[in-house]
Amino acid sequence: MTRSFSIETKNHGPVRVIAIRGYLDAHTAPQFENVVAEELRAGRCRLVVDCTDLDYISSAGLGVFMTFIDEARQAGGDIKLAAIQPKVYQIFDVLGFPALFDIQPSVEQAVARFDGAAEKD
Amino acid sequence: MASYERTFCLQVPSSTENLALIREFVAAIGEQAGFSENETARLALAVDEACTNVIEHAYENEATHEVTVRVTVDEDEIVFEVIDRGKGFDPTQAPVLPVEELIRQRRSGGLGLRLIRSIMDDVQYRIVPGEKNELKMIKKRRAGGAGGADAARPAQG
Repeated sequence: MTRSFSIETKNHGPVRVIAIRGYLDAHTAPQFENVVAEELRAGRCRLVVDCTDLDYISSAGLGVFMTFIDEARQAGGDIKLAAIQPKVYQIFDVLGFPALFDIQPSVEQAVARFDGAAEKD
Repeated sequence: MASYERTFCLQVPSSTENLALIREFVAAIGEQAGFSENETARLALAVDEACTNVIEHAYENEATHEVTVRVTVDEDEIVFEVIDRGKGFDPTQAPVLPVEELIRQRRSGGLGLRLIRSIMDDVQYRIVPGEKNELKMIKKRRAGGAGGADAARPAQG
């Protein structure tokens, strides 16, 4: 009885959008970790994680964000989160993630945060 | 003393593949016991975290063992016991570091425990040497609120 989890990546201008769907737990987190690691290895450090269809996250999933956030920022990018459902957001909130991560209501707004940063440069 | 008590038990192989099954088990009981959807989701998360710790640390990701989740519901509280026979590790003695510090150290290990502690009212750990390790997590019902005793009292009154 394995609940589905899937990942889809696409470009949104200069930003890479990673859409994660379903249940992100200790069983499925390694898939997500591999995708983020691969993006960073390929030099794509401006990432938006689209959480529109993310139904569940446990610490294993949260750990992926924690593992890579510094690396992405040090490379001049960021890992931004977008469109988190309230039931999932409460978990991020309990751990104080909103103070540490850039969380936006929509993918477009998250992408725009990168564009805005680029304009200032 | 509680006037009624119901116990449910689930035993599954120690693989993360079964975390979804464990969450559904906990959610079904939480719902039946009258906890709200949000509360039930948090209870399922806490038990997921406890079982993940067992699978990854007590059993070091060997799927050939068993994890037992025992749930007892009464008028006052819901009690979860996660039982294993692996390497004992008392998570209640582990330091709870700020998330910023965990990021600095690239450690996500402390997050699950933070979640368990923030969700549950009481967390206890017991090692019975040579027999079992048991993490007991207690969630009190809120008086008069969602998940209150009235919501779950059997209909016969």
